[in-house]
Amino acid sequence: MKIVRGTPNHEVLDLDYRLTASALERFVREELNGRGYEKAVVAVSGGVDSAVTLALAARALGPENVHALSLPHRDSSPESSAHARLVTDRFGVALETVDITPMVEGYAEQTPDITPRRKGNVMARARMIVVFDKSEQYHALPLGTGNKTERLFGYFTWHADDSPPVNPLGDLYKTQVWGLAEYLEVPDEIVHKAPTADLEPGQTDEADLGVRYRRADVILEHYLKGYPDEYIVGLGYTPEEVALVKRRVNQTHYKRHLPAVAIVSSTAINEFYLRPLDFRLED
Amino acid sequence: MVRHALLQLKPRKGQIRRNLDHLQQALLALRDEGVDVAVTPEAYPTGYFLQGGVRELALEAAELEDRLGGWHAEHYQKPLDLVIGFYERDGGSYYNTAAYLELGGRGLVHRHRKIFLPTYGVFDEERFLDRGHELASFDTRFGRAAILICEDFWHTVTASIAALQGAEIVYVPSASPARGFHDRTPANVERWETLARAVSGEHGLYVALASLVGSEAGKLMSGGSLLAGPEGEVLARAPEFEEAVLLADVDTERIPPVRYDNPMLADLKAGLPLIFPELRRIVEEL
Repeated sequence: MKIVRGTPNHEVLDLDYRLTASALERFVREELNGRGYEKAVVAVSGGVDSAVTLALAARALGPENVHALSLPHRDSSPESSAHARLVTDRFGVALETVDITPMVEGYAEQTPDITPRRKGNVMARARMIVVFDKSEQYHALPLGTGNKTERLFGYFTWHADDSPPVNPLGDLYKTQVWGLAEYLEVPDEIVHKAPTADLEPGQTDEADLGVRYRRADVILEHYLKGYPDEYIVGLGYTPEEVALVKRRVNQTHYKRHLPAVAIVSSTAINEFYLRPLDFRLED
Repeated sequence: MVRHALLQLKPRKGQIRRNLDHLQQALLALRDEGVDVAVTPEAYPTGYFLQGGVRELALEAAELEDRLGGWHAEHYQKPLDLVIGFYERDGGSYYNTAAYLELGGRGLVHRHRKIFLPTYGVFDEERFLDRGHELASFDTRFGRAAILICEDFWHTVTASIAALQGAEIVYVPSASPARGFHDRTPANVERWETLARAVSGEHGLYVALASLVGSEAGKLMSGGSLLAGPEGEVLARAPEFEEAVLLADVDTERIPPVRYDNPMLADLKAGLPLIFPELRRIVEEL
């Protein structure tokens, strides 16, 4: 008697990257066009998230309609700038460099006790000042580059990395961004290097977070879908990893929302008065 | 043969005048194609996700009929039937509705108000809309039809009722955000095709699905409109995500022989008295 074994049924993170890329390109094009834009600004850090965002934008809009910005600070790793150049060369996008050192140091000089962490946040916010000014200059909309993992962990500078109005990667875990990067032929050295915010010397994401992305992403996917801890542990993750991931998510919900507003009426915005962000009445 | 045009269109959110103009341009471009019945997606004149904006943008059925009827009279000598999904205002109630309009003829022939309002995940319809409470097949110039809107069709019992009422074609305006990117085709598009093939094959009828496209603040409406025939086969299929017009012919004369070979509908009718008490018991225990 022939024995036919069924395939295991479980949650999968793997995506069809051709379909995903095609959908995200369409998203970029349509969200920009719906707002009256044909061009985008992308701050390119040399990391994989901004490389993938740049690649999608170039495919969606044409490389000539994408303004890539390299925004180094004197303490940034030279490798970051070199990788930013590598990415823009690969996708045929012109790269403009704006050194944010004078902006950041102008403030830091008045703040002698500033810590590396605080200064890193100032760098991230200084970068957004430049991005939004370049947006105005070129009539090009800023694209966000934050992925789902870092958004869920709150691992970003609030009102900085999360501020661009259109973000193609925000629903992709880091693991999926890596997969998409390979499909889009982002240079290997960028896909395979250790992810870093490069806001402090020697910093890496996974050391900051205390968990590997590929493990965190599986835990996150199951946690978000409501699987109990024991189920996730049964997949081969430690109770400590599960607890760490859950704690990071649950300490940072505020970073994924607009500010809390005291409600005194029955027309409070986004509480009672609900309209989607693309809602527009005809003139 | 009844020539159908399934209009897989992309509306601009809230821009009713512009969207109706876009629909009319699409229809005029098909004037030489001999279209008998055109079908729009769900909520086409406004876009799908409106939240509380439904209150500002819902149309009365008569208002929509007047606007389209006036336009039709200016451009057509012969009637044109149009199935159009829209948010409907009726007094103080709001519905997710699709109307069957015989433009240049009887006008509003039928109106179906969506019964199953998805209110889970990305959907929030029941917060802003009232449920419809009727499911009725109706007669068109070309045969007997029914309308089911989006999730209405995901409960196959609704299509069974329509078929038992004599429907030869089920029109399904839908708005389906793409989700499930694990395979070459979004999982929701696969699901639609599976459902359409199963329903059309089970009852020996046509299923005409017109599905919205366009990004609504990141929710990518998937398209994938299709026409399925009475043997459960896909006769025409539109691409995903992009605007397209699907032109396909419905031949209701194929239905009797197909149903003779595969008498599932007749068997269902014969078996209904056996299973109806169970259904009644389930309802009574709710």
